[in-house]
Amino acid sequence: MTQASLGESVVQKTIAQNNGVAASATQTQPLWLLAEVTYRCPLHCAFCYNPTDYDKHTQNELTTEQWIQALRDARKLGAIQLGISGGEPLLRDDIEEIVIEAKKLGYYSNLITSGVGLTEKRIQAFKEGGLDHIQLSMHDITEEINNFITNTKTFELKKKVAAMIKGHGYPMVLNVVIHRYNIGHMKQILEMADALGAEYIELANTQYYGWSLVNRSQLMPTKEQVDEAERVTNEFRAQSGSKMKIFFVVPDYFSDRPKKCMNGWGEVFMIVTANGDVLPCHSARVLPNMQFPNVKDNDLGWSWKESPAFNKYRGDSWMKEPCRSCEEKEKDLGGCRCQSFLLTGDAEAADPVCSKSPYHHLIDQAIEDAKNPAIAAQPIVFRNDKNSKKMIAGELQARVDEFHALP
Amino acid sequence: MEVTIQQSDIYALAPHHRFQWEEAQNSYVILFPEGMVKLHGGAGEILKRLDGKNSVADIIAELKAAFPDAENIEQDIIGMFELAVGKAWLRKL
Repeated sequence: MTQASLGESVVQKTIAQNNGVAASATQTQPLWLLAEVTYRCPLHCAFCYNPTDYDKHTQNELTTEQWIQALRDARKLGAIQLGISGGEPLLRDDIEEIVIEAKKLGYYSNLITSGVGLTEKRIQAFKEGGLDHIQLSMHDITEEINNFITNTKTFELKKKVAAMIKGHGYPMVLNVVIHRYNIGHMKQILEMADALGAEYIELANTQYYGWSLVNRSQLMPTKEQVDEAERVTNEFRAQSGSKMKIFFVVPDYFSDRPKKCMNGWGEVFMIVTANGDVLPCHSARVLPNMQFPNVKDNDLGWSWKESPAFNKYRGDSWMKEPCRSCEEKEKDLGGCRCQSFLLTGDAEAADPVCSKSPYHHLIDQAIEDAKNPAIAAQPIVFRNDKNSKKMIAGELQARVDEFHALP
Repeated sequence: MEVTIQQSDIYALAPHHRFQWEEAQNSYVILFPEGMVKLHGGAGEILKRLDGKNSVADIIAELKAAFPDAENIEQDIIGMFELAVGKAWLRKL
C-alpha cells in the first residue's frame, strides 16, 4: 500500500466534500484511524512506504486485547474511518475479532490488503463481522511486472481475490501504485479495473518514503510519462462511460507546490503502528529528536491532544522562512515534515518540492538522477526481512546516503 | 449530472453507504469507502426518513408537519434530494 492511498488524498476525500449539504469544517479530531497491525508481509514491494527498519517491530506487535482497547479509545476521540493495514494484516489471525469490535463501535472499517491470505472462510467471517470494505492492491496488467515489482508470484492470486471480493458483495476498491514500470499501461490498467467491476480505483503515483525513497531512481517516471498518464486517465473518464470513480494522485515531485501532507499534522489522521507507537503520519519516526507516544504507556486522548509530538507541527507557529511569510502557507502548511527532513536535513524547512524552497534543486536533481542510466541501473532493494536487517545494521548505508541529506 | 426528482420517487441509501448519528460530530453523517460527509440538520431529517417505503411526497408531508414554521421547505427538500442523488449517496428504488 501507499502513503498516498492513506494520506492526503484520502483525507481530502473525507472532508473536502463540504458542499451545500455539509456543515462546518472539521475540528481537530482523529477522524481517520489507521491500524498498521503488523509489518510482516508476504510481498516485497520496492515502493513500500513502511520503515526500512521495520524488522525491529515484527516481534513486539500489540495483542488482540491491546488493539481492541486502542479502537475503543480512538472511537471516543471521534475516530470513525478505520483502516486495517500493515504489512499484510491478514498475516494476523485475529483480524476477524478486530472487525467485529470495529462494527460494534460504529467504525466504517476497511481492510487494506494485498489479497494474500484472503480465503473464502475469512472473507465470510469478515462479512458476518461487519467489515465495510476491502481495498485491494493491484500492480499491473502483466504478470511480469506484477511479479517483478512485488518480488513475488502473486498475479493470478490477485485476480482470484478480486473476484472473491466482488462475489461477497463488497465494493471493489483498487489501489494501484504507479511507477516507471507500469505508468505506460494506464489505459489497460483502467480497463482491467473496469472489467473486474471496481467501484473505485486509486492511481497512486509513488511518493518517496521508506523503501521507495531508497529505490527512487529506479522507480521514478519522467515528467512526460506522468503527463501522458494523466491525459490517458482523463480521456478514460470522459470516453469510457465507466461509472468507476478514479482518483489520480499527482506525484508531488512534478508539482511546484507541496502537498498538504496528512491534511495537516495532527489534524484528522492518527496511526497506531504494529508495536503501538502513535503517529500523526506514516513515516514520522524518521524525524530526529521526537518521542512518539505508545498505546502501551500513554492514554490515547493525551497522545492526540497533549503529547509534545502531536503538537510539534500543528498549525503554523513552527514555520521558518520562506513558509512563515508565504501567503500560500495555509494551503499546504509547508508540505511534508518527513520529506523536508529526509531531503534537506531540516524538518522545519519548506518541503523542497516547493519552488520557493532554497532546496528545490534537490528535487530537480532527483528527477535528473532517475534519467541517468548509470544510477537507474543500480539494483532495486526489495522490501524484505533480509534487507531490513541490513538497513538496521548499516550495511546499506552508502545507498541510503545518496538519498538522505542528513545534517 | 442532471437529476429530476419526482414526488412519487422512493429513494434509499446507495450500496456501501452508511448513515449514522455521530456523537463526536454532533451530526448525522454518511460513510462510504474512504470518505465521510457531515450532514446538516435538515439533510439528516430527510435521510433518517428513508425506509424503503416513504416517497419524496411522504417525506415532504412529514417534514411539513414536523416543522410547520419552516418556509419553502418543499423546495429545500427537493434540492437536497437532487444534490444527494447527484452525488450518488442515494439510489432510486
